[in-house]
Amino acid sequence: MGSNAVLGALVSGELQMNWMTNVLNSARTLSLVAVMGVSLSTLAVPASAQIDISGSWAARNYSDPLSNNPGPETGPADYLGMPYNDAGRAWALSYSYSQISMPDRACAFYSPAYIGIGPFGLKIWNETEPRNGATVAWVIGGWEDTGVLRIWMDGRPHPSPNAIHPMSGFSTGKWEGDVLTIRTTHMRVGILRRNGAPHSDQATMLTRLMRHGDIMTMTIRIDDPLYLTEPYYLTRTFQLSSVNPIRTVGQPCTQANEGVPEGVVPHFLPGQNPFLRELENTYGIPSDAAMGGAETAFPDFRKKIKDRYKAPAKCPRVCGGPGAFPLRAG
Amino acid sequence: MHQKNFGIRGTWIATAALSLLTTAQCFAQPVPARTAKDTAPIDISGYWVSQITQAWRLRMVTPPKGDYMGISMTDASKTIADAWDQTKDEAAGDQCKYYAAGMIMTLPERLHITWPDDNTLKMDIDAGTQTRVFHFGSWKAPAGPPTWQGNSVAEWDSRALKIPPARGGGNRAQISPPTRLTHLKVRTDNLKGAYLRKNGVPYSDRSVLTEYYDLIREDDGQQMMIVTTVLEDPIYLENPLILTAQFRKQQDAAGWDPTPCSARW
Repeated sequence: MGSNAVLGALVSGELQMNWMTNVLNSARTLSLVAVMGVSLSTLAVPASAQIDISGSWAARNYSDPLSNNPGPETGPADYLGMPYNDAGRAWALSYSYSQISMPDRACAFYSPAYIGIGPFGLKIWNETEPRNGATVAWVIGGWEDTGVLRIWMDGRPHPSPNAIHPMSGFSTGKWEGDVLTIRTTHMRVGILRRNGAPHSDQATMLTRLMRHGDIMTMTIRIDDPLYLTEPYYLTRTFQLSSVNPIRTVGQPCTQANEGVPEGVVPHFLPGQNPFLRELENTYGIPSDAAMGGAETAFPDFRKKIKDRYKAPAKCPRVCGGPGAFPLRAG
Repeated sequence: MHQKNFGIRGTWIATAALSLLTTAQCFAQPVPARTAKDTAPIDISGYWVSQITQAWRLRMVTPPKGDYMGISMTDASKTIADAWDQTKDEAAGDQCKYYAAGMIMTLPERLHITWPDDNTLKMDIDAGTQTRVFHFGSWKAPAGPPTWQGNSVAEWDSRALKIPPARGGGNRAQISPPTRLTHLKVRTDNLKGAYLRKNGVPYSDRSVLTEYYDLIREDDGQQMMIVTTVLEDPIYLENPLILTAQFRKQQDAAGWDPTPCSARW
């Protein structure tokens, strides 16, 4: 078609009509292909995968019996396997258990991270949109020392970095296949081990809930730009219980004055923590290992302490035994 | 003009026809028998290193005699554990009692997982220089005495979980396609009696081990493998022992260090 013919066609409107027809035909074809594509992708990949995680999940604290059950028995200066940097370690060593005796700190350290290190089971339920029953949020109940964790599933964004950090932080969730991945931000300062080992209020938490029949595995990843050199992972398990329903909330954390003078925050100054060699004196574990660091979590680290580890002749304390580690109802 | 018009339209029609033809062929072709490797919803092959951030002094070093914290043991178990003697284990050639299937996934170690054939996963473990073999499909265990690593039958636990529609018809979200479970499930029996803890806490040869392998892929590309183990022992455990272990994916064999079993370290 020459330029004159094009001009003529434009004048006559014929080209416009043909172009419109082509566009319409193309649109029909594209629609067909698109529908086919969508149909095929729907067959291959679930659009909105989800499983039911509601119910009472009793804690099975075998993976970390030292931390999940007796708690502080793991040792007041035990940061084994924790990827602390110098700032995190220094803050951890400044902590004194006596802070729990302060009315304003008795309940202070139980951020959402406590879900990975506490002793308790989980009560999980969903909150639904009343018009159509769609899940708006999954909720994990609270205990006496932690708040309710509400996990928004409706796609809402996390608040501004400058927003308030509430006790429960702010959590959103999404299904990745059969795994519920929960992202928690806006946490207050909390603990990563029940001996005062801290995380900062800049820490974020990724929690994965993976259900295997009546067993649920929880994986927690903590990222803390202030205190950790790399992500810190924790895992634990729960078992679905139909005979011992767990309450949605427990007794509230009750503040009490246990005699710490007003205006005093119990602490240890740098170099003055009297428990620095506790693990070495009790369990023969070299103190440099007890101070943690990312390398202490990996098998190669064993070579560094092989000739310095001196196992006690027998278990010194809190040794367990028949009947000493019963199943928790909650 | 009409020829040109037909050409453009024809291109689109041809495209649509080709798409339909391709789709039809996909459904029409005979489906070959699919192997475990073909149908794997996750890829756990490669090198992995354990990351021990919990129960460190019970796992990274040999705990002292009598430290039974965290094990719901029976009286019979305690009697045996109280008599633990490393020298006797060495004399009996039982140095590998703590490197058996029941607990080996919780050790400080590296794994090398491969597919020797399309229906078999092989896991080499540098701690104690052990090998586990996971058989898929219709594999039948040969008759034989119990072994440290037992007989393992594996399956991709990829059953579809159907979510019932909501009452009154429901909505699209609730009648979404079924979720696929995406983990490896392994059941191991024919286990030789071994140790739950290096300080002599036993499990019996009547134990059965069930494991679940999950894969996590982080936004930065790092992969983590989470292993959940359930050990049931009617003789020495009051309750099933449910444990977890975590492994970080390695790009290569860095740090791979096969070492013999040790009853002491």
